[in-house]
Parts: sequence; C-alpha cells; structure tokens
Amino acid sequence: MEEIYAKFVSQKISKTRWRPVPSGSLQTAETFATGSWDNEENCVSLWSIGDFGNLDSDGGFEGDHQLLCDIRHHGDVMDLQFFDQERIVAASSTGCVTVFLHHPNNQTLSVNQQWPAAHHHTGPGSPSYSSAPCTGIVCDNPEIVTVGEDGRINLFRVDHKEAVRTIDNADSSTLHAVTFLRTPEIVTVNSIGQLKIWDFRQQGSEPCQILSLTGDRVPLHCVDRHPNQQHVVATGGQDGMLSIWDVRQGTMPVSLLKAHEAEMWEVHFHPSNPDHLFTCSEDGSLWHWDASTNGPEKSSLFYQGGRSSTFLSHSISNQASVHQSLISSWLSTDPAKDRIEITSLLPSRTLSVNSLDVLGPCLVCGTDAEAIYVTRQLFS
Amino acid sequence: MEELDCEPAITWIPGVNSKKKQMCFDWGPGEMLLCETSFSKKVDTSEKVPSCPFIYIVRKDVDVYSQILRKLFNESHGIFIGLQRIEEELTGKSRKAQLVRVSKNYRSVIRACMEEMHQVAIAAKDPASGRQFSSQVSILSAMELIWNLCEILFIEVAPAGPLLLHLLDWVRLHVCEVDSLSADVLGSENPSKHESFWNLVTVLVLQGRLDEARQMLSKEADANPSCASMCRILGDLMRTMPILSPGNTQTLTELELKWQHWREECERHLQDSTFAASPRLEALCKIMLGDEATLLEHKELLSNWYHFLVTRLLYSNPTVKPIDLHFYAQSSLDMFLGGESSPEPLDNILMAAFEFDIHQVIKECSIALSNWWFVAHLTDLLDHCRLLQSHNLYFGSNMREFLLLEYASGLFAHHSLWQLGVDYFDYCPELGRVSLELHIERIPLNTEQKALKVLRICEQRQMTEQVRSICKILAMKAVRNNRLGSALSWSIRAKDAAFATLVSDRFLRDYCERGCFSDLDLIDNLGPAMMLSDRLTFLGKYREFHRLYGEKRFADAASLLLSLMTSQIAPRSFWMTLLTDALPLLEQKQVIFSSEQTYELMRCLEDLASGRPGCGELDAQRLQDDDIETTKVEMLRLALARNLARAIIREGSLEGS
Repeated sequence: MEEIYAKFVSQKISKTRWRPVPSGSLQTAETFATGSWDNEENCVSLWSIGDFGNLDSDGGFEGDHQLLCDIRHHGDVMDLQFFDQERIVAASSTGCVTVFLHHPNNQTLSVNQQWPAAHHHTGPGSPSYSSAPCTGIVCDNPEIVTVGEDGRINLFRVDHKEAVRTIDNADSSTLHAVTFLRTPEIVTVNSIGQLKIWDFRQQGSEPCQILSLTGDRVPLHCVDRHPNQQHVVATGGQDGMLSIWDVRQGTMPVSLLKAHEAEMWEVHFHPSNPDHLFTCSEDGSLWHWDASTNGPEKSSLFYQGGRSSTFLSHSISNQASVHQSLISSWLSTDPAKDRIEITSLLPSRTLSVNSLDVLGPCLVCGTDAEAIYVTRQLFS
Repeated sequence: MEELDCEPAITWIPGVNSKKKQMCFDWGPGEMLLCETSFSKKVDTSEKVPSCPFIYIVRKDVDVYSQILRKLFNESHGIFIGLQRIEEELTGKSRKAQLVRVSKNYRSVIRACMEEMHQVAIAAKDPASGRQFSSQVSILSAMELIWNLCEILFIEVAPAGPLLLHLLDWVRLHVCEVDSLSADVLGSENPSKHESFWNLVTVLVLQGRLDEARQMLSKEADANPSCASMCRILGDLMRTMPILSPGNTQTLTELELKWQHWREECERHLQDSTFAASPRLEALCKIMLGDEATLLEHKELLSNWYHFLVTRLLYSNPTVKPIDLHFYAQSSLDMFLGGESSPEPLDNILMAAFEFDIHQVIKECSIALSNWWFVAHLTDLLDHCRLLQSHNLYFGSNMREFLLLEYASGLFAHHSLWQLGVDYFDYCPELGRVSLELHIERIPLNTEQKALKVLRICEQRQMTEQVRSICKILAMKAVRNNRLGSALSWSIRAKDAAFATLVSDRFLRDYCERGCFSDLDLIDNLGPAMMLSDRLTFLGKYREFHRLYGEKRFADAASLLLSLMTSQIAPRSFWMTLLTDALPLLEQKQVIFSSEQTYELMRCLEDLASGRPGCGELDAQRLQDDDIETTKVEMLRLALARNLARAIIREGSLEGS
C-alpha cells in the first residue's frame, strides 16, 4: 500500500466502479466510472489510470487518473454498475434508472436506455406520482434489478422499455441495497435491519426468506455476496458493524464484527481473492480485512474442529484446501481466534468514504471530500 | 461602531432601477434576496412604470462557486483539521516545525490551484473567461506571496541573518521570470550576444544568484577577451562574498566582519576605476555595493518595491534585524514609487506585515480579497502560533472565530460544500455550535442517504433537537407518501412518541378499513421500540393477538385480547373491534374464556354501551350506523351469555371431578 494516488475532482463522489475486464483476458483494470451527488449538476464520469505519457495536460504525474469523458446525470447518482464492457447503469435520486453507453472511439457517453420514474411514491388516494430515490441496482446481463426508497423492486431487461416484473410494497421501509444471490434469486437489505431473499420464479410480493439482526433494528446499508460461496453474504450497518450471514441456516448473522464508527456505506469481497474484504464508512475510513493469514494452519485447525474428515483427502490440491479454509474463516463465529487482520488504507480520515471497488490488484474509492483515491498495489 | 475602513462597494443589479422604485430585500445565510417593490419614490408620479418582474439572489461569496477553487477548499479542509489536532503539549522547536510544515502545505495547495487555474486560463476559448481566470491566477499568486511573507515573519520568526536568506527565497519564488529568461538566453547560439544577456546577468545579481551570474560572466569573458580580466575580478568578488549558510556555525559578528572586508574591497575596485572601461560591469559592482541610485535605475528588472527592498538589504545590511525591517520597507516603497504612484492594496498588506502588524494584515486582506478562505485559514494558523490571543472584537467572539464563522457560513450557503463547513464550526468554541444548529436545519433533504449524513453530524454532536426535527421531517414526508412503515421507523428513531401514536393510528385505521395489516415485516419486529408510545404498544400487541390466533393458540390469544382492554392500552374507540374479534373465540367448540374472563368482557361491553351518547339527532346515516351497532352489541351479549353458561358448567364439572 505504498502508492495511493489522490485526485481532487470538484464534486462529491457517491459511487466508484471498475470497468470489468473481459473474461479470460490478462488485462488489469484501467478504467473506472464515478458518479457524483449533491451537486447542482451531477454527472457520471469515466476515468483512466492507464499511462498517458505526453498526453498529460494537467501537469499530473504518472499514475494519476485522467478524465476520459463525462455526461450529465439528473439527480444524485445513488448507485452505479457496469452492465457490460460498454454500458453503465446509474440509479438516480429522482427515481430514474439510466443506461449509459460508452463510445471508446470518440470518448463520449450517451444515454442508451432510460426508465423514468422506475421508483415513485403513490400519494394517498391519488394516482399522481412523486418520485422516490432509487437506492440500489444490480446487473446480470440481460437483467437489471433496482430497489428504492419506495420499497419497490423492479426487474428490467436492458432491451425492454417496460419493467419485466415489479414487486410493489416489497418492503415497508427503505430498501438500501440489492445483490444477486444466484439467478433468479436476489437479496435485499433494508432500513430496519432485515435481509430478505426474493425468488423471481415465485409470484406474489412475499420474500421467500427473512433474516434479521436481533433487537435494535439497526439499518443495513450495503450487501455483498461471496464470489464463490453463494450462501455467504456480508452486510454493513448504520452502526458500522460488519455482519456475515449464512443464508442456508438460521435467521441471524453468523458473526458480527465491530468495525467502523459510523455508517458502513459499502462492503466488497475481493472478486478473485475472496478471503480479502473491503469496507468503507461515513467516518472517513477505508478498511482491508484479510482473513487469509496463516491459511494452511487454519484449515487444519478447521478440520480437527469436527467437520467430516473424509473431505480432507490427499487428492485435494493445496489450492482447494486453502480455499476451504476461507469459507470457514468468514463463517467462523469464534471471536477468540483473532484470524482477521485489518488494515486501514487511507492515511488521514476526514469526510465520508462513500464508495469503493476492487478488481485484481486495484482499488478505487471516492469521498465527500471530493477526492478519488486509486491504488494499483493492493497486495504488495 | 468603528469607522468604515473603506467605502462599501456598490453592486449594480441589472434591470432594477433604484432611482424610480423602492427595493426590498431579505438576508439569508451568505446571500440576499432582492426585488423591486411597486412603491415608487415620488408619490405624485401617476404613470405606472412596469416594474422588474424578477427576484434576485445576491451572493457575496462568489468564489465558493468556482470549480477549481473547490479543490482549494477541500484540500485545505484536510490541512485545517490536521492543524486543529496538533498536540497542544508540543512546544518549542517541534511545534514550530509542525506549524511551518502546515503553512507550507497550505501554500502548496494554493500553488497547485494557481497552476491549474493558469492552465485553464490559457486553454480558455473566449477571451472574457480567459481574463477572468487570469485575474483569479493573480489573486491566488498574491495570496501565496502574502502567506509566504507571513510564514517567514510570524511563523518561522527568522532571526537576523537567516531572515534575509528567507526573504531572498521569497523574492526568487515570486519574481520568477528570470528562469524563462535564463533558458531563453542559454538556449541561443551565442548567449553573450543575446539582446537580453545583460538584463539576465543583472537580474541574477539583483536576486543574489551570484554563482549563476559568475557563469554568465565567464561566457562573456570567453567571447570578449578585452574585458576578460574585468570579468574575472568581478567574478572573484562574487565568489568571495560572505554569506550565511544554514549549516555554518560562524557567528553573526564574524560574518559582519568578513562582509565589511569584502565590501571595502568592492569599494576599492570602484575607486580604482577597475571597471571604468565597462559601464555594465561597473553598474553590477555598484549594485553589489547596494548603491540605491544604481538599483533604482533597474526598476523594470526589479519589477516591484519588495524586490528592491530585499536586494538593497542583501548588499547593504545582510544581517538586518526583524525590528528594523519596517524602516527599510517604508523607505524602499517610497523610493521605488518615487511619488509617481500611490501604493496599492497589496503594497499596504505587505507593508503591514513588515511592520509586524498582524491585525492590519488581516484587515487589509479581508477588504482586498474576494473570499474568506485566505483570512480565515491564515488567522487560524497565526492563532495556533499564539500570536492573536490578546485581540478581542467588540462583537461576537475573537477574530479567529469570527473569520472562521464567516468562511463556514459561506460554505453552508453552497449546495454541496456544506459538509466542509461543519468541521469549521466545530472548531469555533463560542458560537460554532449555535451556528451549526441554525445552518444544519436548513439543508434540503432530498434523499434518505443525505438525511442520514446530516443526522450523523447531529448525533455525533448530541444535537438532540435537530435530530428530532430531521426525523420528524422525514417521518412527515413518509406519511405523505403513504409509506407508513418508513414513517414509523423514523419516529422510533426520533423517539417521537406523539408521532408514533399518529402513525399507529393510521395503521389501525387501515386495518379497520381493509381487514388486514400492511407492513407486517416492521410491526412483527418492533422489539423494545414498541414501548415508545401506548398506541404503538397496542399496535404491536394487537398484531401479536392476530398471530396467536392464526397459530390457533386460542387461550393465549384470548387472554392477550382481554388484557389489552383491561389494562387500558387499547383506545376506547377500538374496543368494539376488539370485542368483535372475541366473537369467533366465543363461538369455538371448546370453552376458551373462563367465567371470570367472560365477566370482564361483559363489563367492558357494558362500559362501552353505557358510555354511548343517546340518539339525539335524527340522521338517517347515523340511525343506520346505530342499527348495526345495536345488532353487534346484541350478538355479543348473546355470545357472552352462552359462553358464560358453558364456562360455568365446565368449571363446575372440572371442580367436581
């Protein structure tokens, strides 16, 4: 974590996302998108961390990220997801969901598809719409799922003008985030500390499972699913607590980890290295959770711990056994064994870190202090 | 009231004719609303002049809206916070070093901003905006110049000797045309024949960059053998000039002695007319003797009076003491301007700094500069150097706090920078909190996420009143949008019992209308929050009754239902519904309500029936309603009586067996 580049961009950043690299390619991440909020004019921007050499007009030094292009966005950017290599889906505080298309030839962005008033309130007794912020989106080509403050869940298909499926009043409180568990199941988190699992194959407006934090009804703000273990889900709450859930069993989190001092805005498992987890918070901190320390030893501990020992055969490659240990490390409920190493990635904390994204060795995060931080050496 | 320091600037508002019409205005935080009234100044003018149809927003702090300056505000915010956290116990050298570092950080942010602004000014497409950016560049550059001088004089507090070295660096940093000139000359084919060659050599000598000047002279010597020896002698003089080097341990007296010797040598050469053959070299020698007339001949190269001051000191009094500085500064300014022009605001500010009059510096800067950023941050830094403690204003708090408040209020007027303002208010011990309380309530909350951020700010500072008001706003919004679940969550968060009651009533009303509950996910999970208000408790318990009933736990359901009425948790208006809910339980095959419970139920029913007002008015609708009610009561009485009979028999037979 020697080199972390900061750039002030004159807009408060609400979301940062890496553009996915084509599957199977050896490319590293080099383009990311950001969304701004609370500006008079908000925008969705694309940035490059690639070397520009002499093109650098800003007097910036090598490694600094450069603006590729941007486009105005009506309302705050509440969430941002890459749909594929060229398309970005943005959620707006006006309830609108927009798909932007990036033209790499002339470096511009254009509106590709738009669902205005995807999220809205229905006033008492009147059919008039008042818009409701869309708070979260998740994409799985060709589907886009959106959730909002109106407690509604929409399922869009990118080439359809109308919603494929809408669950009105899916939640009595605000839905804060959504992610796919496994198609066609999604998991949502809401402002009364509940995690709900929905299956689009089922009709009706009832979730197929509700999990919740006990007692205090602490709002949950973010959710991410373990990339390989689809039943392992991490959420972050208003009190800065990190919760790990096993959706196969129980209705309560498997472990609760005291983390940040204020709202945890995002949590992400590392996509290819899921024993690493990243969280950011309103308190201005960005944390790297490393559960991989002493991996092999832990796995042996784990197997002695009473699971089916037939699983541990010599034929299993070392890689696989390490991998198995990871699952246990996130699901371990034993706080006495301090297995997770936490490092703070930002030098000094001030204003909220609203968003982060990880891809390969690269991490990007955006703050209310109008700075974007990028590092390309996560695991150095 | 103190006298005005300068005439207030007049702002012309296009379209508003204040000669003919009266204007009206209202102050807001950091801005003003203004419009033309329909009252004309002269009463007798009967003609109706169409008045200006606009309401104007007049902002005083326009710099806040500059995209590039936003970076300055954001980056310096971090430095400001760091400065406030500097340990108070740090004393002496380490503290001073810290403060100097902070000051340098501020300056580097100004410089970065200036460079970007410069780039934008060059790239600007239309000349008007280019000019605007250029003027911003010059303002930023002036800020940095002033800050740097303040850093040397007030923060670094350089003593005699090092003081001049710092001042030299200061001049070199800000009169930097010489570098491009030098590159230009050295890049040419024959440097010594370049038209600006002598200008360059002179500027180098004026800035005390004698090593570079010597190299230039050696080029001249190579090209022009006739004056080679003169160049060599002057070069030697340049080389031997004693200067204070930071690592050197020699005392000031030693230095002064050496310097005196060196100066005598220079004078001797001049008297011996060593350079008589070359007026240019002679002029250089005169400069090195600090000859004021010769220096003033090079006004264009010096470009400003403070350069003149520093050069003059360098060659006439290199160990000048800080206290003597203002005397030299004043005379330099007078000599340089020579009565031809009057000093500009920047000159006055620098002069005030040389006079060590911090308050005058800040006052002049406040008047001259278009934003509060500079004075607020500089004053705060100087305050941390413990230079301002004695000064109190006749209004509000001390000067540091006053300026920080002004700056932070400006940030709060901005739709996006308000978050930065919060931290500045935090570090204003006297009025910061009240200001924050007033400002934070006025932030528009268009999304819950923004509201949560504002709430977090309030909660961290125990501003309970504001927390309540924000939650109430959100709860009201949710009710208006028919989001009862959200509304209830917000009123629970605000611990607002009255509002929770109101929302609970809405839930119950909806239930009565529709016969089913909405938002079960919330009501079923109220937990301890249920205790917030009686009505909410009732709502939760009543829902629990339904759940028990659904699970066919009739005995539990029945006792819960009864307790809701006997404990007076249930509102009386709801008793009839509760009693009706008891009907199916009374009609079950097995006996659920015991005789005692049945008596209680009967008492409740009769209480309710007797409490009803008699039918006074003859209203068809009402009669019909009453009809239904009467039927209900009759049915209940019958069911209760039958249940009582069954219960008595059952209890009797149980006892008997």
